[in-house]
Amino acid sequence: MTNSRLPEQGSAGGANRRPPPPPPGRSFDWREAMAPSLISIVSIVVVFGALAWLITSAEQWPRIKLQFFSVDAMVAAFPRVLQGFWINMRIWLIVLACILVLGIALAVIRSLRAPWFAPFRLMVILYIDLFRGLPVLLLVLLFGFGIPALNLPGMPSSSLFWGSVAMVLSYSAYVCEIYRSGIDAVHEGQWAAAKSLGLTEWQTMIYAILPQAVRNVLPAMMNIVVALQKDVALLSIIGVRDAVREAQIYTASTFNYSSLIVAAGLFLLATIPMARLADYITHRDRVRRLQIGG
Amino acid sequence: MPRVQLSEVTKYFGNKLVLDQVDLSVDLHEVVCLIGASGSGKSTLLRCINRLVKVDYGDIYLDDVAITDSQFGKVGLHKRIGIVFQSYNLFPHLTVLDNLTLAPRKVHGKSKKEAGAAAQEQLDRFGMDSFASAYPEQLSGGQQQRVAFVRALMNRPDVLLLDEVTAALDPELVGEILGIIRELKAQGMTMVIVTHEMGFARDVADRVCFLEGGRILEEGDPTRMFSEPKHERTRAFLDRIIEAGRL
Repeated sequence: MTNSRLPEQGSAGGANRRPPPPPPGRSFDWREAMAPSLISIVSIVVVFGALAWLITSAEQWPRIKLQFFSVDAMVAAFPRVLQGFWINMRIWLIVLACILVLGIALAVIRSLRAPWFAPFRLMVILYIDLFRGLPVLLLVLLFGFGIPALNLPGMPSSSLFWGSVAMVLSYSAYVCEIYRSGIDAVHEGQWAAAKSLGLTEWQTMIYAILPQAVRNVLPAMMNIVVALQKDVALLSIIGVRDAVREAQIYTASTFNYSSLIVAAGLFLLATIPMARLADYITHRDRVRRLQIGG
Repeated sequence: MPRVQLSEVTKYFGNKLVLDQVDLSVDLHEVVCLIGASGSGKSTLLRCINRLVKVDYGDIYLDDVAITDSQFGKVGLHKRIGIVFQSYNLFPHLTVLDNLTLAPRKVHGKSKKEAGAAAQEQLDRFGMDSFASAYPEQLSGGQQQRVAFVRALMNRPDVLLLDEVTAALDPELVGEILGIIRELKAQGMTMVIVTHEMGFARDVADRVCFLEGGRILEEGDPTRMFSEPKHERTRAFLDRIIEAGRL
């Protein structure tokens, strides 16, 4: 060992170098571990308990309870409201599928740069300006009542059909813009690479850009999915017997509003899991981006 | 007969003159390096050759046929000129194999099986046979760039354009890419290379062109140019490079 002849070099010196001892261990203290969650639980119980006491001890509470939270009325209204809600869900799925397809088609037309697409690009721009600028409710009334009244030969005359068409047209305008932001977010180098390989603009869009764009916009799209889930209830205004309509019918004959609370509960039952799913997808997307960025 | 010939190529981005009547000819099997500061127009010049950038004035010829000629059609030019980019530009949603076979299948009408076999053969040749089913983000920068080389070579191009292909790589990964370029030179590939690796340019180039302000200020034999540049601007540029420890 030649080290012994060298002068002492502190902790950097070869053979004598030793790591410092481990820090004094602390045994697991369950009180310290549990205390924060205990405090949280106790404070939640205290605050919400106080609120509940405040509300239920109000002078008008028995009337409110009878009007909105009557268990008998809820049980009586439930089967019809649930049946209506099943219609909501079916309309939601069909309308959603149409929106996703129409939205992507519009976004592609709007994003292609070749000059002979100019008239179609202009049509899409006008379409978006029109349908994004009008209230959905107005469109539903216009389509749902107006078009069946025309008695067009060879066209469906159901309000449900035309009301759904109004929803599709309105939502597709928004969805188109979301897809388009996803297409714009794809790096310019991807276009250059595809072009240098000989792909046409159309092939580049289909095989290289769109798959990346769809992945880019998935979190934003989930919000649209959730919003649509409850906006389908707008169709009740044109007489579609969905959950809201069925609840209203019950209300009209009994003057008790508990049936609306039943419908509200069903909507929450459907939308809250969807919102959690949206959060999860957003989170996963963020993790993916951070990994690529690092 | 030069393989690639540029004649008075001029390009504006808006009102800004990026290329100012550039003449350049590249012979068969020749390796030409374009050097110069950022914004000197070297990358734009490179991208003009395969029409990623359309020139405003002037002509470019491949084997004496103008690259705008109808005989190339829509895809013929891209079959004969390959390009590799600084940031690889692999398609992140496709596996390595799909990245390689996309153009052969969709552009050149090969069957999936045929294109797949050709891609596998190229991967074997570059020692990357195990990467076929990996996605780009699972590979290191150097591996991704090697895949990008294979993708550019899938069509067996006559000319290869390299746009700062080592600039985005960690220093220890640069060597494997430079190795590939040397190997391609040994096989006789005609190449136009934009690079900041001056030492590499000196080794591999048959000719070096120094660009500034959209013009080729000086061109010549690399050994001569790096040791005794004629133009004072070239000298100033090389002095800055040496100062930065890059030569």
